[in-house]
Amino acid sequence: MVKPSKQIIRPYGDRRDDGVVQLSFTLPVPLSEKAKEAAAVFTKKMGFTDVKVAAAERAADNYTFFVIYARSGMYLDYAEIDVPEVIVKKMSFDDLNAFIKEKVGRRIVVFGACTGTDTHTVGIDAILNMKGYAGDYGLERYPWFEAFNLGSQVPNEELIKKALAKNADAILVSQVVTQRDVHKDNSRQFIEVAKAAGIHGKVQLLLGGPRVDHKLALELGFDAGFGPGTKPSDVANYIVHALLKKQGKEPQDMHYQGEPK
Amino acid sequence: MPGPFIEDAQIEHARKLAEEIVNPIFDLIRRNTTVSTERTVLRFFGISGAGARGVPLANLMVDKLKAAGVLNKGAAYWYGRALQLGARSPLEAVERLTALPTDKLGPLSPEQEHTLREEVRAEARAAMDDLKARIAQRNALREQFPMSPAPHKYVIVATGNIYDDVDQARAAAQAGADVIAVIRSTAQSLLDYVPHGATTEGYGGTYATQENFRIMREALDDESRKLKRYIQLTNYSSGLCMSEIAFCAAYEKLDMLLNDAMYGILFRDINMRRTFIDQYFSRRICALAGIIINTGEDNYITTADAYDAAHTVIASQFINECFAKRAGLKDWQLGIGHSYEIDPYRDDTLLLELSQAMLVRRCFPDAPLKYMPPTKHKETDIFFSHAYDVMADLVAIWTRQGIQLLGMMTEAMHTPLLADRYVALKSASYIHRAARGIDEEFTVREDGKIANRAREVFGKAMQLLQECRDEGMVAAIGKGHFGDVKRSETGGKGLDGVLEKAPDYFNPFLELLEAA
Repeated sequence: MVKPSKQIIRPYGDRRDDGVVQLSFTLPVPLSEKAKEAAAVFTKKMGFTDVKVAAAERAADNYTFFVIYARSGMYLDYAEIDVPEVIVKKMSFDDLNAFIKEKVGRRIVVFGACTGTDTHTVGIDAILNMKGYAGDYGLERYPWFEAFNLGSQVPNEELIKKALAKNADAILVSQVVTQRDVHKDNSRQFIEVAKAAGIHGKVQLLLGGPRVDHKLALELGFDAGFGPGTKPSDVANYIVHALLKKQGKEPQDMHYQGEPK
Repeated sequence: MPGPFIEDAQIEHARKLAEEIVNPIFDLIRRNTTVSTERTVLRFFGISGAGARGVPLANLMVDKLKAAGVLNKGAAYWYGRALQLGARSPLEAVERLTALPTDKLGPLSPEQEHTLREEVRAEARAAMDDLKARIAQRNALREQFPMSPAPHKYVIVATGNIYDDVDQARAAAQAGADVIAVIRSTAQSLLDYVPHGATTEGYGGTYATQENFRIMREALDDESRKLKRYIQLTNYSSGLCMSEIAFCAAYEKLDMLLNDAMYGILFRDINMRRTFIDQYFSRRICALAGIIINTGEDNYITTADAYDAAHTVIASQFINECFAKRAGLKDWQLGIGHSYEIDPYRDDTLLLELSQAMLVRRCFPDAPLKYMPPTKHKETDIFFSHAYDVMADLVAIWTRQGIQLLGMMTEAMHTPLLADRYVALKSASYIHRAARGIDEEFTVREDGKIANRAREVFGKAMQLLQECRDEGMVAAIGKGHFGDVKRSETGGKGLDGVLEKAPDYFNPFLELLEAA
């Protein structure tokens, strides 16, 4: 393979390679000449030169907000930037809905519950309920998902039975309580029930929870696992791509941003 | 007031329809009580502590009464029985009562029953007087340091730690905020109890507890005196503990509460009966305490499309207003919610947003209204995002909104940085200052885009109200008419906390609040 030639770049403000950067931040001190100087010093410490404190505003009695322009002497070789093949970017709420409409052509049916003895619906609610989590809408809010949240303490058998009755494309199992590894035991039991019902390998089976990761989920027999910090949109994107792969509409080796690893 | 657009008689008709929709739900409210209503009664009596592992005493007592199958007589009655057993304090009352075997809970003689009720009523009146005295203190401070002119600029703090929230809230007040909202920890609305004490760890927000309310109000009282401008505090009376939060807020002198007759049903999947019953008692408390409620219609158009579903907002506002009036709230207490949420890549969106906001103002001329900023179509390009928010500032001043939640340029990214609030407050102050009175300078043509759109939206809202009246509210929610969410009467969380009242059900606070 021929190594691409060098391509040196710097930030572009008004002229090529001027290295101009705009910054804004707040320092926890009252507005004063000293505060302005502190902001300039802080910016220089970050390696910038030609520092201009464009605005220093009294954001509150003891806080000053700065807008700063400065130059950076840094440069990089763009040719050497190596980004692993992210073929598909994670899609936004509207884009994903449009994508489902176009590629799948029907609403994707998703069932979820906190199964076994676990009463903590925080996780499943964050992913499925309208409101979602951290400003990221839950699956109920996606017009192209039909999401059913059965709540907590749902027996694995009941979740699978209800999901089957609606031809679910995906089933989400949330496990929050982890004392004595109860989440693993219950998850294994879920997979056994799924196998007995003949849906293992057919319906997407997803596991989520604060002590869950993708590797653990695969070991337990799930298709994917989602740990802490997962947003509803991560799960939504995963389900769509996994479904398209299953339908042969996307290649098996296709990768996309944010897929569980 | 911008344009008539529609006849007064049409608005009167909308109110009449809303009343006919709400009437049957009041049968449900009269016949039933809930565990959270009963816990609120106990909190009125001063039972605000927590037992082992932080379980609130009110929960311990109500759970015990419910398990014994006697809660349907009302927690106040059993509180009286505990006092008759010689309890000297609320804590002791709880202990005595929860220790009793079920078979010891039979009726007393008619005279004893009568005396017991009179004694409890007297105590309830004393508790109510205590509450009123606290509210009077708040009102005195409000009079001493008048608020800025409307729209009151409302910003959010959400650190998870009440002490960090205090720092952020003080900074926001110093930068010009008029109202501070402390966002609750994720999913608190699904907890069937109010957490206890000061809290320093939350997820996406800070737990609403009575002590956290007290800490924040104390800081804002101090800041109000320093700034010589009263700073309002708001929190969330929604979810499974609507009325308990309303009581804690009233007692700790809060000024506003998010409180919607249907939000929990639609967006939190809380049972319909539970919500309708709880919202009534919570609103009775708000009415007494002079708390302004903020309704949540803005949420409809974050789920459904803001252009297509504009009429559902108007229809729901009439219903929310009717529920509120039936609970004794006055017009000045109705922060009826709506928002600036139409896709900014459409044409004419400023005209469409003005139309919607003017229509809300036209329908509810005496209510403060609560205007919400764009969220759904917010972008991570903070410079565009900031410009987008400024348009909402303009609509807010033009349509004389009483309360305006300011948009944050980092809305789509993270909880607001201190500087984000500062930037939003600075530009909102500028727009409000620059355009105050603009509605008196420009009249809106009756044959133009704004008026025509207002008529179209109002017409559809009337159709929806008609449908809700003909089919009933329960069926309308079941069909997903509001926010595109479908809920059933017996689905959702918290139905097991609804109880049919016994014929001799006793709730002296409800009696006092309804008589007020």
